[in-house]
Amino acid sequence: MAHFTKATSVHDWVNQRLGIDTVRRVMATEYWIPKNINFLWAMGMVLAITFALLLVSGIFLLMYYQPNIHTAFDSVNYTIMREVEFGWLWRHIHGVAASVVFLVIYIHMFTGIYYGSYKKGREMIWISGMLLFVTFSAEAFSGYMLPWGQMSYWAGMVITNIFSLGGLHANGLVEWIRGDYVPAQAFLDRFFMLHVLLLPLAIIGLIGLHFGTLRIPHVNNQDGEEIDFEAEAKKYKSGNKAGSKVIAFANDFMSKDMFVVSIFLIFFFYLVFYHYDFAMDPVNFDPADGLKTPTHIYPEWYFLWSYEILRPFSTNVGLMAFGFAQVIFFLLPFLDKSPNAVPANRRGLFAVWFWAMLIDMIVLTAMGKVPPIEPYGTVGFFAALTFIGLWIVLPIITKLEKKA
Amino acid sequence: MKNGRRGFMGKAFGAVTGVGAVASLYAMKKTWDPLPSVRSAGFTTLDMSVYKENELVVEKWRGKPIFVLKQSAEMVAKQNEADKARNIVINGSHYVVCIGLCTHLGCIPGYDNKKESFLCACHGGMYDATGMVTKAPPPRGLDIPPFKIDGNKLVLGEEGPEYKKMVENGTTLRV
Repeated sequence: MAHFTKATSVHDWVNQRLGIDTVRRVMATEYWIPKNINFLWAMGMVLAITFALLLVSGIFLLMYYQPNIHTAFDSVNYTIMREVEFGWLWRHIHGVAASVVFLVIYIHMFTGIYYGSYKKGREMIWISGMLLFVTFSAEAFSGYMLPWGQMSYWAGMVITNIFSLGGLHANGLVEWIRGDYVPAQAFLDRFFMLHVLLLPLAIIGLIGLHFGTLRIPHVNNQDGEEIDFEAEAKKYKSGNKAGSKVIAFANDFMSKDMFVVSIFLIFFFYLVFYHYDFAMDPVNFDPADGLKTPTHIYPEWYFLWSYEILRPFSTNVGLMAFGFAQVIFFLLPFLDKSPNAVPANRRGLFAVWFWAMLIDMIVLTAMGKVPPIEPYGTVGFFAALTFIGLWIVLPIITKLEKKA
Repeated sequence: MKNGRRGFMGKAFGAVTGVGAVASLYAMKKTWDPLPSVRSAGFTTLDMSVYKENELVVEKWRGKPIFVLKQSAEMVAKQNEADKARNIVINGSHYVVCIGLCTHLGCIPGYDNKKESFLCACHGGMYDATGMVTKAPPPRGLDIPPFKIDGNKLVLGEEGPEYKKMVENGTTLRV
């Protein structure tokens, strides 16, 4: 057992038993961040704060929500929205945050792609981040089921039907996932469990992993410069703060992070108070009806691009393309054959690839929202082909890239 | 000797863990299966004498919409052999009874009785009056639920000889 002395203060008493000074040093005052990074690097903190908002608002919604197919719709649209004081606030925060969190995740992802932050040594940062993206998607989908409106029900029907795996006709698997022949009580109960317990637990664990992956390779920077963190940290600690290329995470870098977070929160609460409806589909204000399909079924905006990759093909090809779209981003660090971890604008053809991919995904998103009539079907078809094609050419163009 | 014992302990621990893991996974799998009450409620009886020609009626079986469309003599006359195989004949009348969920992703198609065809607006799939695909993306015609003819009645959820024949000759998949 360690040697304990008579404590001189409460701080000292706790410190002797929990080592809080060491924790603070490792996590904050001696966690080094490069200086030359811009506001886009604050998206991680923005996401952490948004997740906290989702967690807190979710806890308050949980106190009145009823996971029962007969009462779920009214418990949300009547009890929480009209009876519970400030119930509307929690619901709007939860709904808006669920949508905005994906916007920030996409910015976070494309920042990583633009600056090559997934490259050699940082693969685990990218992979754990993609795992978080997938888990967030499952979390969003399971949450979307809970108000048990028309879009909830039919999204549940359509998405679980994907598990019949097209030509394999795995109806047994679909019925197993649903616990019934159609989305019904068993389905609502288990998606409720997934949404409030299992998936949030997984997300919290993955956030821990994602933070952990940063410790050894450290955060990338705007120039992709390889920084000797130990040497720079020594300079900083010896008092040469101006000459050092790094600064301490807390409180120095945190102040910049928090400034970006503040700007974000102003935008966020503007949406919560004045434009919450963008995150609420009007179709979902009709109670679920298993005998009536909404005229046009579409997912939330953040899934539209992958939905559009599924849509223009025949069932089996569509499912394969959809599967491809789900896993291909995981492989990015291995498909990019160039060693240059510098911004895309200094990498020749890769810059074209980056912007083509971004624009293509915006086109796919737009086409996913409109009904499947011409010319949208054709545009969506070619955008889906472009998406697949871009991933095929990626290893070739990055192999041709010269060392920057 | 010491290492031998350690190795044995390791293998014994591994075996116990393996059995425990498989057993728990089995229990977890079974817990997610549809409940007996869900399975046993899966029967619906339809009185076939109430339907009118070329007028779609939507019934419910296992929570799913069931299309019942009585075919008129002109409609039957237009049908080819594959179409005719999908008809259920009761007392000389031809009926099309199928699960009203698009075989693409499960939306409910709408029926236009002038064009005598179904359109699934979600992804643009089309079916004729017997539920055969006339325009992709649906991979196959609307599925026919298991049925048994009982006089003037049709019992959904039970497999009669006519249904078994349909499954055997590939008219429908077993759902």
